[in-house]
Amino acid sequence: MEELNNLLHGFSVALTLPNLGFMVLGITLGILIGVLPGLGGANGIAILLPLTFSMDQTSAIIMLSCIYWGALFGGAITSILFNIPGEPWSVATTFDGFPLAQQGRAGAALTAAFTSSFVGAFFAVLLITFLAPLVAKFALKFGAAEMFAVQMLTFCSFVGMSKEPPAKTLAVMALGFAMAAVGMDTVTGTLRMTFGFPELLKGFDFLIAVIGLFGIGEILLTMEEGLAFKGKSAKIQLNIVLQTWKELLRYWRTSIRSVLVGCWMGVTPGGATPASFMAYGLARRGAKDKDSFGKGNVEGVVAPETAAHAAGTSALLPMLTLGIPGSPTAAVLLGGLLIWGLQPGPLLFQEKPDFVWGLIASMYLGNIVGLIVVLTTVPWWAAILRIPFSVIGPVIIVICAIGAYTVHSSIFDVIMMLVFGVFGYLFKKLRYPLAPLVLALVLGDMAESSFRQSMLLSQGSLSIFWANPLVAGLMSLSFVMLLWPIVPALKHYLRGRD
Amino acid sequence: MERSEDAAEAGLSNRWPEILVALFLLAVGVIVVSDSMRIGTGWEEGEGPQAGYFPFYIGCILLVSSGWILIGALARISKPQPQFASWVELKSVMQMLVPLSIYIVAVVYLGLYVSSFVLIAYFMKVHGKFGVIGTVLTSVGVPLAAFMLFERWFLVPLPKGPIEQMLGL
Repeated sequence: MEELNNLLHGFSVALTLPNLGFMVLGITLGILIGVLPGLGGANGIAILLPLTFSMDQTSAIIMLSCIYWGALFGGAITSILFNIPGEPWSVATTFDGFPLAQQGRAGAALTAAFTSSFVGAFFAVLLITFLAPLVAKFALKFGAAEMFAVQMLTFCSFVGMSKEPPAKTLAVMALGFAMAAVGMDTVTGTLRMTFGFPELLKGFDFLIAVIGLFGIGEILLTMEEGLAFKGKSAKIQLNIVLQTWKELLRYWRTSIRSVLVGCWMGVTPGGATPASFMAYGLARRGAKDKDSFGKGNVEGVVAPETAAHAAGTSALLPMLTLGIPGSPTAAVLLGGLLIWGLQPGPLLFQEKPDFVWGLIASMYLGNIVGLIVVLTTVPWWAAILRIPFSVIGPVIIVICAIGAYTVHSSIFDVIMMLVFGVFGYLFKKLRYPLAPLVLALVLGDMAESSFRQSMLLSQGSLSIFWANPLVAGLMSLSFVMLLWPIVPALKHYLRGRD
Repeated sequence: MERSEDAAEAGLSNRWPEILVALFLLAVGVIVVSDSMRIGTGWEEGEGPQAGYFPFYIGCILLVSSGWILIGALARISKPQPQFASWVELKSVMQMLVPLSIYIVAVVYLGLYVSSFVLIAYFMKVHGKFGVIGTVLTSVGVPLAAFMLFERWFLVPLPKGPIEQMLGL
């Protein structure tokens, strides 16, 4: 029970008064970010990241990960009360959440959503606690070729599992890798694709890309949908909470199923959004009264919220153990670790146990704090949403601009933010997925260096990727994922010939 | 977003945005491949892969995938297309994008505080129809709060312009 000892030690790191303060602050900021249009987990953390450079690393990561939990909670508030998903993963929550609010059962819907989020996250943290050290220990044996194979699998999974057209997934991914390659090549010192512009020497910073793509892009999308928010007001009384909790016990089957879906989709880079839809679909298929779904069934809130939180939380498992984030927000957290000089991956568990276990312990505490904070402060958040977009919109733009500027104190970055914003809007409209772009931008250098190291080891022969069963298995799985979208077309073709 | 072109509201179809974005990606692909070839995509004896080795393949993937998107879009060019956005929707997007672009230019020349004040005041007055007091309080308050938070508390200087210089900040 080494894990339990480590975890207890982690609690002693996380459970200090300042750290608890950072937790509450992080959760509150996170909910705010989740509630406001144009600010989400990924770009919210990207904006706040520069402010944490001067903080203690453990406190900083606790605050940042709490922002993440807060954003996950916050997304549910807007979906249920306003039928506006604050985050993409809470779209499925609107299906039954908003009808419930219309029937005057907003309190029950919110309680169900928050509690399910908590349950989903809790099981995902349990998974991290016990699985992460094993994965890390296993990954210690990884050489460069295995690392590259894991990264390859991550990116191929995007092609195989994405709902967007595979060509578009591949294209944005390659665009991300290409942008990551801009600037000075760290191995040879050669300048790549800078074309004499000194601004490009540093390359493209993924934080700027995230703020532009998700922040400004989302603002433009919100403008398109019109400015009016019409919502239900909400108060949560204690007896409604207790009543709903009693009702939730009946849905244990759905909860377990959603936790499994969420954890799976979070560890593999499927992400919270597809997980929430899948869990909703499964809950509906498994229910006796299928027709009540979409008209205000509490079970229809439980399923997507549980899965989204399980996925959002378990996305941190591959990030901590392998250095491969399972979601854009995890990618931003990873970027933060890199900026602090912490290389996520198997060695982190050995070299910085305080940091790792402090973070894991803070996940337990953060979610408990989060549940209490959201349940008690819902009316305030609902009130914030009633502020017209003509105030919120420009204020968010100012926040994004400040965030983009503070990363490197560079005006050029603010201009790039606008460019990324326009592309974020275009890409969203034309169904180019944004997550693979961000992940490629974050992981580009790492993937390239593990590829180069492999090539050095094998003197330029690609056979190193089939040298042992592990790496061969990972590579084969990658190609299966990559070619997965062709399967339906192939089936169609074969059937047509019969 | 599965609306067809003959929907009640007129607008821009996906046709040209799709083609233009694919062309842009194709152009990026050409830049990546040509620049990688310039710095060498081969094997340096005793050193290992050259700097353009990895980006070259990335550029190739980009060329193939964006070419694939482009061919698909061109093949559908005369067929009815889903709507990109209606003119009304595009107008609202422009109502944000134009002031936003002006704001970014203003940040470069006037600094962040003054530009932010103008941006917030403009939106509240023109789109929000707020009264003078509310507008002034919010549009002055937000930059002021940013000033206190960043310059005083976190000691992170934000871009400043001639007006702050006159005030001696």
